Amino acid sequence: MKQSWTRRLTGFVLAAATVGLLAVTPLAAPTARAQDNAAAPVAATAAPDANVTAPDANATAPAAAAAAPATAAPAAPVPDKGDTGWMLISTALVLLMTIPGLALFYGGLVRQKNMLSMLMQVSTVTVIGMIAWVLWGYSLAFTDGGGHDKYFGGLSRLFLMGVTPASTVATFSTGVFIPELVFIVFQMTFAAITAALVVGSMAERVKFSACCVFAVIWPLLVYYPIAHMVWWWPGPDAVAHLPAGAAIASGLSWGFGAIDFAGGTVVHINAGIAALVGCLILGPRAGYKKEPMPPHSLTLTLVGAGLLWVGWFGFNAGSNLESNGYAALAMMNTFVATAAAGLSWILVERITHGKASMLGLASGLVAGLVAVTPAAGFAGPMGAIVLGLLVSPICIFFCSVVKNALKYDDSLDVFGIHCIGGIFGAIATGVLVDPALGGAGIVDYTTCLKDGDISTCDTATYVMATQVMAQIKAVLVTLVWSGVGSAIVFFLIKFTIGLRADPEAEEEGLDISEHGERAYHS
Amino acid sequence: MKLITAIVKPFKLDDVREALTRAGVEGLTVSEVKGYGRQKGQTEIYRGAEYAVNFVPKVKLEAVVDDGGVAAAVEAIKTAAATGKIGDGKIFVLPVEQAVRIRTGETGSAAL
Repeated sequence: MKQSWTRRLTGFVLAAATVGLLAVTPLAAPTARAQDNAAAPVAATAAPDANVTAPDANATAPAAAAAAPATAAPAAPVPDKGDTGWMLISTALVLLMTIPGLALFYGGLVRQKNMLSMLMQVSTVTVIGMIAWVLWGYSLAFTDGGGHDKYFGGLSRLFLMGVTPASTVATFSTGVFIPELVFIVFQMTFAAITAALVVGSMAERVKFSACCVFAVIWPLLVYYPIAHMVWWWPGPDAVAHLPAGAAIASGLSWGFGAIDFAGGTVVHINAGIAALVGCLILGPRAGYKKEPMPPHSLTLTLVGAGLLWVGWFGFNAGSNLESNGYAALAMMNTFVATAAAGLSWILVERITHGKASMLGLASGLVAGLVAVTPAAGFAGPMGAIVLGLLVSPICIFFCSVVKNALKYDDSLDVFGIHCIGGIFGAIATGVLVDPALGGAGIVDYTTCLKDGDISTCDTATYVMATQVMAQIKAVLVTLVWSGVGSAIVFFLIKFTIGLRADPEAEEEGLDISEHGERAYHS
Repeated sequence: MKLITAIVKPFKLDDVREALTRAGVEGLTVSEVKGYGRQKGQTEIYRGAEYAVNFVPKVKLEAVVDDGGVAAAVEAIKTAAATGKIGDGKIFVLPVEQAVRIRTGETGSAAL
C-alpha cells in the first residue's frame, strides 16, 4: 500500500502521543509501591464509595484474581507446595490452549492458502503479549492505581520490579498465598490468549504487521484496564481485617459485586466485541458471500478444539489459585458444561439441517467452554449442564441467522461464540451461583474474623436480582470499554500502517504473500 | 494409436485397472479430478454458511492403445466402471499422432 511519508509520520506521531499519554497519566497519580507482604491498599479507608457500603456490595465474591500482595502478617506466609504446583501446571495448560490449540482451531477453519498466516498471527500476537505483560501489563492490571484505581493500575510493578521468588499474593482463602511469580505467569497466559482470540474475526485479510501492532496497543487500552476493573481487589485477608462498613478498594466491576471466575468478561466478551469491531472496520473478505470459503481442514480444527478443552482446565480450575474443592468444582463444570454444549449444538443441527456436523460439535464444545468460564467455580454441576445446553442454540442463532442477516464477515465467529457465549455465561453465573440451585454461593470475607477464626468465612446473603444486576453492569462496562477502545486501536492502525493486506496479496493467499511460505505443497 | 480417456468414479479405479490389464493394456496414467455431468453436487453447510458444491470428485484415466486394442479396452472400462447409477462417467477416444519411449527412443506402436 503506497502511503505518503507525511501521512505515515502523522500517524506515528499520533500513536506515540497516545502511548505517551497512557504512560504519563499513572505517573501523575500517587501510586503506592507494593512491598512484599505489604498491608492492603490504604485507599480502602479513603473516600468511601456510596456503592461499596451497601451490604451486598461488600459481599466480596471470589473474583478470579487476587490482587494486592498479602496482608502484613507477623510471619512471612509460606506458599503451599500443592497450590503452587497446580498453578504451575495450569499455566502450562493455558499456553497449550493458545499454541497450538487456538492456532489449529482457527487454522483448520480458513482456506489452505491462509493456513500459515493464521498460525503466525495467533502465535506472534501471543508471544508479543507475553513480553508486554512482564514489561508493563502486569503492573497496569494488578497494582494499585491510586487516583484511577477503579479503572487501571499503576507502575509499581513495571518490569516486575520488586518481585522476587519470595514474593507472594493472596488467593481466595484467608491465610493462603501463592508465589507472586506464579500469579504473574498464570495471568500472562490470559493476556496473551485474549489478544490472540481477536484475530479470528479478521482472518484471511488482515495484515501481519497490523496484528503485531495490535498486540502491543490493544492490551494497553483495553485488556489491562478490563482485567483490573474485574479482578483487582485487596484479597481475603485484607478484607477480613477491614473495619466494619469500610469501603473496599477495587476495580469498578468488582465493586459492583460482579463475579467472574475465570474471565468470561475479561477474556471472552472482551475479545468477542473487539473482534466484531475489528471485522467491521476491516471489511469483509474479497468474494465473501459469493465464493465458497469452506474450512480446509476440520480435522485440525478438532485437534485444536481438543487442545482447547484440555487446556481450559488450567484456565478455569487454575483460576481458583489453589488446589482444593473449588478447583475440582471448576474442573467438573468445565467437563459437563462443555459436553452438554457440544451435544446441544449437534442436536440443533440435526433438527434444523438434518445432519450433525463435526464443525458443529467443535463449535459447541468451545461455546460451552466460553459460557462456563465465568461460572466455573460458582455454578453447581447440574447448573453447568443447563448452561451448556442453553448456550449452543443461542450461539447458533448469532453465528448463522444474525450474521447472515447483518452480513458482517466475522470469519471465525469470534463474536458469535466468545462474545455472545460470554455474555450469556456471565449473566447466567449470577443465577447459577445461587446455593438453592446447587451453586457454591459467594463468600463474604468481611465475616471471616467474626468468630475470631479467620479461616472460617460465611457465605454472603444471596439475592438473585441484585447479583444478576451486578453481572449485567459488568457485562455492559466490558462491552462499552472494549468496543470503544478497540475501535480506537483499529482506526489508529488503519490510518497509520494500514489494517488490510493488498487485494492481490489476499487473492494469492497470505501464506505466500505475507510469509513467503506454503502450508501444503501438493 | 488412440488415446483413451475415461472419467470414472474414484472407488472404481482398481476394478478398471484390473480389467484393462486383462485386456492387454499395460500402461496407464491416472489423475484426481473433479467435475459434473448429470450427477449434481451436494450442499455443504459450515456453521451457518451454505455452499452449493457443484463439483464431484472423479478419477481420470488415460491410456494410449494400438488401434486393434481400442475396442477391447473401451469394453473393459465400460464393464468395470459401471454401477448403473448416475455419475458412472464417460469414455473418450482420440487419435494420437506420435508416441516415443524415452529410454530407448522407439516410436510408434513399439513405444506403447
